[in-house]
Amino acid sequence: MDHASPLLQAFVYLAAAVVSVPIAKRLGLGSVLGYLIAGAVIGPFGLKLLGEPESVMHVAEFGVVIMLFLIGMELQPSLLWRMRGAIVGLGGAQVLSAGLALGAIAWAFGLDWRAAVAIGFILSLSSTAIVLQTLRERGLDASPPGRSAFAVLLFQDIAVIPMLALFPLLGHVAVTAAAGPAHAPEGLAAAPSWVQPLAVVGAVALVIASGRLLVRPLFRFIAKSGQREIFTAMALALVVGVAVLMQSVGLSPALGAFVAGVVLADSEFRREIEADIEPFRGLLLGLFFISVGAGIDFALILASPGLVIGLALGLLAVKAVLMTALARMAGRSNPDALLIGFGLAQGGEFAFVLAAFSVQAGVIAPATSSLLVSVVALSMALTPLMFLIADVLGRRLAPAPAPRDMGPIEADAPDVVIAGFGRFGQVVGRLLIANGYETSVLDISADQVETLRSFGHKTNYGDASRIDLLRAAGVEKAKILVVAVDDQEKAIEIAEHAKRHFPHLKVLARAFDRGHAYELLRRNVDGVERETFEGGVRLGVAALEHLGLPAHHAHRAGRLFRRHDERLLLEMAKHWGDEDAYRSAIVGRQGMVADLMQRDLKVFTGESVDPAWDTSSLDAEAREAREARETAR
Amino acid sequence: MTRVLVLYAHPAPHRSLANAALIDAVRDLPGVTVHDLYETYPDLLIDIEAEQDLLVRHDAIVFQHPLFWYSAPAIVKEWLDVVLEHGFAYGQGGVALAGKAWLQSVTSGGVAAAYGPAGRNRFTVPELLRPFEATAALCGFRWLDPFVVHAAHLLDADGLAAECARYRARIDTLTKAPVAAAT
Repeated sequence: MDHASPLLQAFVYLAAAVVSVPIAKRLGLGSVLGYLIAGAVIGPFGLKLLGEPESVMHVAEFGVVIMLFLIGMELQPSLLWRMRGAIVGLGGAQVLSAGLALGAIAWAFGLDWRAAVAIGFILSLSSTAIVLQTLRERGLDASPPGRSAFAVLLFQDIAVIPMLALFPLLGHVAVTAAAGPAHAPEGLAAAPSWVQPLAVVGAVALVIASGRLLVRPLFRFIAKSGQREIFTAMALALVVGVAVLMQSVGLSPALGAFVAGVVLADSEFRREIEADIEPFRGLLLGLFFISVGAGIDFALILASPGLVIGLALGLLAVKAVLMTALARMAGRSNPDALLIGFGLAQGGEFAFVLAAFSVQAGVIAPATSSLLVSVVALSMALTPLMFLIADVLGRRLAPAPAPRDMGPIEADAPDVVIAGFGRFGQVVGRLLIANGYETSVLDISADQVETLRSFGHKTNYGDASRIDLLRAAGVEKAKILVVAVDDQEKAIEIAEHAKRHFPHLKVLARAFDRGHAYELLRRNVDGVERETFEGGVRLGVAALEHLGLPAHHAHRAGRLFRRHDERLLLEMAKHWGDEDAYRSAIVGRQGMVADLMQRDLKVFTGESVDPAWDTSSLDAEAREAREARETAR
Repeated sequence: MTRVLVLYAHPAPHRSLANAALIDAVRDLPGVTVHDLYETYPDLLIDIEAEQDLLVRHDAIVFQHPLFWYSAPAIVKEWLDVVLEHGFAYGQGGVALAGKAWLQSVTSGGVAAAYGPAGRNRFTVPELLRPFEATAALCGFRWLDPFVVHAAHLLDADGLAAECARYRARIDTLTKAPVAAAT
């Protein structure tokens, strides 16, 4: 088989994913395990359909980078600051305790203490990719245990930096030339040791500064050009650029991407960027999991199956018990602590990087490293099982169901999504916000978004006719979508999409005129308001008042007219689509007006449109009665 | 001198000769403020603060309205519901209105004989106004004898003029009465 053909390789990867992931999902195993199995099946120990899994791995690791970038974008600096206790406390305790415990075990196995320390800390790390993907699939990513798990993972990602810096100090094994690592810090290797910390600080400062000062105007400029694919290219270029920069100073590209994401978290383009690069994240992560699966050295496992499996199970057990205990001590409930502990028990993708790096630094022997990698890969593959165990144990140990604490409502769960924040949407939004409801706004005009954000409105840039952007703006959790975009065709398209893809959602739409209202009503929107109608009625009421009508009378006349017209609107909307019966009857706008006025006359006849408090018949009756009495007398 | 606030409520003034004439009869009296509720709040969205402010600046309030189904037009009920707030009009600290006078001025559709145990309306007008009397009592108002114009829509011009004069005299007397000491 010609492994060199990239297209064929791509086909093998995609086909494997397409076949295995739905099956794994159907079996309740989650997509991660599906990818891993697919990788094992097509890998060098399975069908041997792959060329070099390692080279694919480099591309696939970029999926992790994108994921961290996206996670960063979900975390406003303020939210991150609120999580600082969990990150440093829980995360620090986990890395330290697991590192020392696992190191002690390795030392007990007879390894040199320096190698044991390195191995302990390498194995203390968990898999950000697998855990977050699993949490997301289970809808737990924003839950309290999900946040705790994320806090620990974030600390681990940061902890990689000092590990990369300190491992060389543990070197004691003679480095062989063959042990060239895949991920050693490049470029700076030859520089004096004090240069690297400076370069790290400089690179992070550069990311933050350019994110604040350079990237946003650039995105704004591109957004104005209206070229969607260039916007996507820019978003990808940003992530790749940050990754390259970070790698060049010896930082984890994922961590750099995370910082860049946080910097852009409160940017108006956040939703658009998210929606644009989300598919890359999914595909590349899948690729990453496949290459992990393909990288499992079945030859090694088969050579000493007891050792590898035993070590993997031991690793999972030690980490799960430690983390669960720590989470309990941090005040989490039993089921939450189990979820955090068992979820984070596997080894992480950084283990692959650090293992290679440690070999190069002469900390551990190549043979130990490959055993390490197999154990980690196996522990990753067992993660879905760990989640299942946590579920079962959690249900056993769950306290009596207490009212669920949903925590503070994040902006990601808005009550109302407003598409279009122009002169119409603004009024709607202000009214809702004034009454304490959370709104999420999408607007297509970069200028408008910028202005509104300066007034503190939660506004995002994006085209609301895109399902992915609507989703990113939170329609899945929102109760209502207000369609208030300027473009009539777009409004109809949005209403149609929203009703089809989000059946739970109430769609309230702003119509331009009668015809537009008919079109929207045909899409089964839950409410439609013609933008000029209420204003026209109110001005008419004012005119009636100036003509001398008492204010309440004029007000009622306006309301009565509105009700009459709304009934007509709903009645006629039913026939709007019927063949051309309606359309031919009333040709054009002028025809429609004439038709309406005919119908008005049928309803509003006689001297008054409002029969309320008309006592004329009562008066007449009373007069007759009195006259009858007088005649009788 | 007693400052008198007339809260006037007729939802369709164009259909009422009697109430329009009556309110015009007292409009120009010194010390009298006429406040047309339906004209001020055509959508019935009453400005609570403004209404309470008006109340505080007067010593007597007069509700003038037709009797609709043995009670007042809807806006009067709305007004009572939202303006007479707890802590303002009644309850702890609700003494803003204590000692002021309350006069109900109503026009009825039936002749005087129809209001009473023997009439078809079964009750006298003061009996029918008991919910207002109880409300006034709870808020510390002094309840004055209601002013009633019977069969208002059947009055001829002379009859209406006579009733207007009687009403004007009643309100004029009220403005000239000394302000009762707050109790």
